[in-house]
Amino acid sequence: MSDSPTIAQVAPEADHHEHPPYLRHHFESTEQQADAAGFAMWLFLLTEVMFFGGLFTAYLIYRNWYYPAFVAASHQLSIPLGGFNTLLLITSSFTMAMGVWCAETRRKSGLVLCLILTFILGLGFLGVKTVEYREKIEMRHVPGFHFSLQSFTHPDKTNSATKNDLPLADDMARHTELYFSLYFAMTGMHALHMIIGIAILGFMIFRAQAGAYTSGHVTFVENFGLYWHFVDIVWIFLFPLLYLISRH
Amino acid sequence: MSEQAQHNEHAHHIVSPVVYVIILFSLLVGTALTVWASYVDLGIWNPILAIAIACTKATLVVLFFMHVKYSSKLTMLTVGAGIFMFLTLISMTLADYISRAWGSW
Repeated sequence: MSDSPTIAQVAPEADHHEHPPYLRHHFESTEQQADAAGFAMWLFLLTEVMFFGGLFTAYLIYRNWYYPAFVAASHQLSIPLGGFNTLLLITSSFTMAMGVWCAETRRKSGLVLCLILTFILGLGFLGVKTVEYREKIEMRHVPGFHFSLQSFTHPDKTNSATKNDLPLADDMARHTELYFSLYFAMTGMHALHMIIGIAILGFMIFRAQAGAYTSGHVTFVENFGLYWHFVDIVWIFLFPLLYLISRH
Repeated sequence: MSEQAQHNEHAHHIVSPVVYVIILFSLLVGTALTVWASYVDLGIWNPILAIAIACTKATLVVLFFMHVKYSSKLTMLTVGAGIFMFLTLISMTLADYISRAWGSW
């Protein structure tokens, strides 16, 4: 505060020992640092909202255009599998939130347990997704050269989900490929976010075991939690829009 | 000074696990509800109800799991502005598609 050169030289040295080691020098306080990191994380998440929002908008518009094709195509998805995945993801969001709480209250073993549970639930989600994708490959519902219109021009009367479906004319049936393009783009992008999240979780489990997040510096866990919850929110919208709304 | 103290309090707010458990159960109930509603024929209301339930669940996640309810005003404003921007973009796009070449696709 003084212009005196002696004090100016001594002051930074004294400052250096007053703050915790994780406080970067361009921040005044740990609160300011945490606020800035949280703010930046939210800005990143908003760009993600816009990104997924574009996909959702495309889906809504094409669904309105080619409604019969989108209805028939969505009947190929399994509500039990999708519902089970929703369950896994919501529970993983809960364990992640509990992880943040453990970090805030400095419970190291609790934090490690929460992160491992989140990791396992995330992997479980991807496992179920793999089962679903494999079925799409077997049914030849993956857009491309091998895409088959068979299920839509000749609906399977033995399957409870499609037994009331009327056969679609070829020109409408081919638009089911558009549904599956959007299905794979949206769930694939979501799965990619999950894979990135799970990779970061793996890294965090080792860091947490070393006590990195339970000494007062919780920003990383907190912001990763924001990311994980965001991925959960995307699925909260994907599940009804892709699986549920076209059952009549 | 008091504003500074209040600000610090925001930064340190720790959400209780009880709140997390309540939100978890609300989300599970919401999921069960939306799956159940999808099997009931509500006509035009099926997608509207599904999206309404999804929005409610997303709001719970944002407010409690993501701590926005306990965050600084800056965070609240950022999230609010972002959602407003997103809704503006989506509604303008849909308004364009709905009002142009109605029924001729």
